[in-house]
Parts: sequence; structure tokens; C-alpha cells
Amino acid sequence: MSAPLIADGSLGASLAAAVALGAAFGFALERAGLGSARKLIGQFYGRDLAVMKVMFSALVVAMLGVFWLSRLGLLDMRAVYVPPTYLWPQLVGGLLFGAGLVVAGLCPGTACVAAATGRVDGAFVLLGIFTGMVGVGLLPDDFAAFYESGAHGAWTLPELTGLSYGAVVAAVVVLALAAFAGAEWIERRVR
Amino acid sequence: MSQQRAPRAYADSYLAGAGLGLVLLACFVVVGRGLGASGAFASTAAGVVAAIAPERAATSPLFSHYLEGQGPWLEWLSFELVGVLLGAWISAALAGRLRIAVERPAALARGSRLALAFGGGVAMAAGAVLARGCTSGQALTGGALLSVGGWLFLGVAFAAAHALAPLVRRLWT
Repeated sequence: MSAPLIADGSLGASLAAAVALGAAFGFALERAGLGSARKLIGQFYGRDLAVMKVMFSALVVAMLGVFWLSRLGLLDMRAVYVPPTYLWPQLVGGLLFGAGLVVAGLCPGTACVAAATGRVDGAFVLLGIFTGMVGVGLLPDDFAAFYESGAHGAWTLPELTGLSYGAVVAAVVVLALAAFAGAEWIERRVR
Repeated sequence: MSQQRAPRAYADSYLAGAGLGLVLLACFVVVGRGLGASGAFASTAAGVVAAIAPERAATSPLFSHYLEGQGPWLEWLSFELVGVLLGAWISAALAGRLRIAVERPAALARGSRLALAFGGGVAMAAGAVLARGCTSGQALTGGALLSVGGWLFLGVAFAAAHALAPLVRRLWT
């Protein structure tokens, strides 16, 4: 096996895989209860830290999988697309996104789950996202300068810190385990 | 299928999270990229604006990106999101959790909840454009690939949401 399995050329196969992988993604999010704004928002009041638990356990499982598959020569890391880093836009974007999240109660992915399972508020979040995209896309060109600032391309924590890939992976696992312990403690205290 | 069946409880967070992680890993292995969501909306917006005002769309740094290559209507993330809708519907149907409703706290009027949902969506769109992704495309995918920008976005977005939460407590309790 030499992954990625589907080369860039085969659009049909890639889009078929998109629907199948998306279905598994939506299934997992719905199972976790993250299509519910009230459950999701519990994260920010310490009532229910499902968001953090689901996200961190998913992140750690995928991270370990990628690490070991590439170490065993089964996955070509150079062919995996790493989202690029743009420091300033991502800092401001994170602030705006976090503010929108706590008001909407759902993020773009979980809003799709909410809408698909009959929640009208989820559909309104989707409508807002689409409207926002049209609006931002039509902003004047001055916006483009900031949009492109702080560009670092595909930039990883091992490159930033000078630590080995394995050491950063181990540190993230430790961080996640500490976060899980903290989450259980907070939930016990708030309930 | 009985509509009166009581909805089943949600799955354990760690178990569902591990399942989600395996889906993300499968994504890297099969297509060499991660999951996402906001890009589908950006791409669709690009397609709609290009259909109405092609010159204007071509000069937009956001839209022009999606108008290159195979075009805005064959965006990978859009197909993935169609899958998300299907998968979520199947999961909820199997668990008896399909119900048309506006989910809101008792103190919040239906119209207010929908207005806030819409406004929050607009803010998230702006944030996701700047960040080149959302919770799925940056925080989860970028995070798993140890991207600096992914971790920056993850940390800042959650810190901002936690910092703002006490100010909007009325909305949720």
C-alpha cells in the first residue's frame, strides 16, 4: 500500500470518496451529540465538555495514525496537504470565529448536522455562513493585504520548535491526557 | 418506523471522538487531505457570485481561488458536506433523534434564537475566511498534522469563545 490512495487526477473517485468520508464524519458528529447547540455550548459553561473531549480524542487518534503510518512507510507525508499558516489572519480569524461560535452555538460542520436532523436553528447558522462568505468575498481590495499577511506556507510545530516529529506527538498526547483529566474534574465540580 | 420512540442517548464522547479520528485518518490515507466545512460555503458563494457578476468574482481574492481548476461546483468539500448531511441524518434516524424544532433555552424567543444563529454564522464565515478553515479544516485537520496555524486557530478560537461566554450567559440559560 502506498497512501494517499487516490491520485489528484481522478476527480470522480475523489468526489465519491468525499461523499463517503463526509457521511462517516456526519455520522460520528451526530453520535457524539454535537448537532445539538445546547450540548455543544455546555463546553463554554463547564457543564458538558463533550466538544473538547471529542475534538482532542479525534485529533490524537488521527495524529498518531498519521505518525505511525508514515514511520512504517505506508503513508507519504509529502503528499498529504497541510493547511497553510497565515499568522495574523488566523489570529484575528480565530477571535471572530470563537465569538461567532458562542453566539451561534454551532460551528459550520456541526450546523450541517443540526440542520440535517431537523433543527431549524442549524439551518439559520448555515444561511448566516453563506451570507457571510458572499459579504467577505465582496470586501474591497484593502482587505487582501491583511488576508495575505504573515504567510508561512505549510509550517509545522516540529519545524517551529526544532523538536522531532515524535517528541511533538508525545507532547500532544500528554497534553490531551491532562486535558481529559481536567475536563472530568471540571464536570464533576460544576454538576 | 415509530415516530413516538424516545431518542436514544448520545455516544460516549471519547468513543465518538476516536471514531471521528479514524475517519480523519482514513481521509488522509485515501485522498491525502483532511476534513473541512467552511470551504464548501466559500466555494458555493464564489459560484453564485460568479454566475451573477463574473468580473467582480474574478477580482475577489477569496472567490478567484475557488474559480480556478475544476471550478466552484466540483469543490471536494462540497461533496464531503453532502455526505455529512446524509451521515448525520442516518445516525439520527437510527437513534430516533430526527425532529423538526428550533433548539433554544426557554428564556430565548424563537425569533431571537434564529437571528443569533444567523449572526453567529456570519461572524464564523468571516473568521473562517481569514483563518483558511474552521473547526474541521484548521483546528482538527491542521491540529492532527501539527500545523502551527491550526494550533494557533484552535487555541485562539476556544479562548475567545470561553472569554465571551460569561457575557452571553443569558442566551444559553
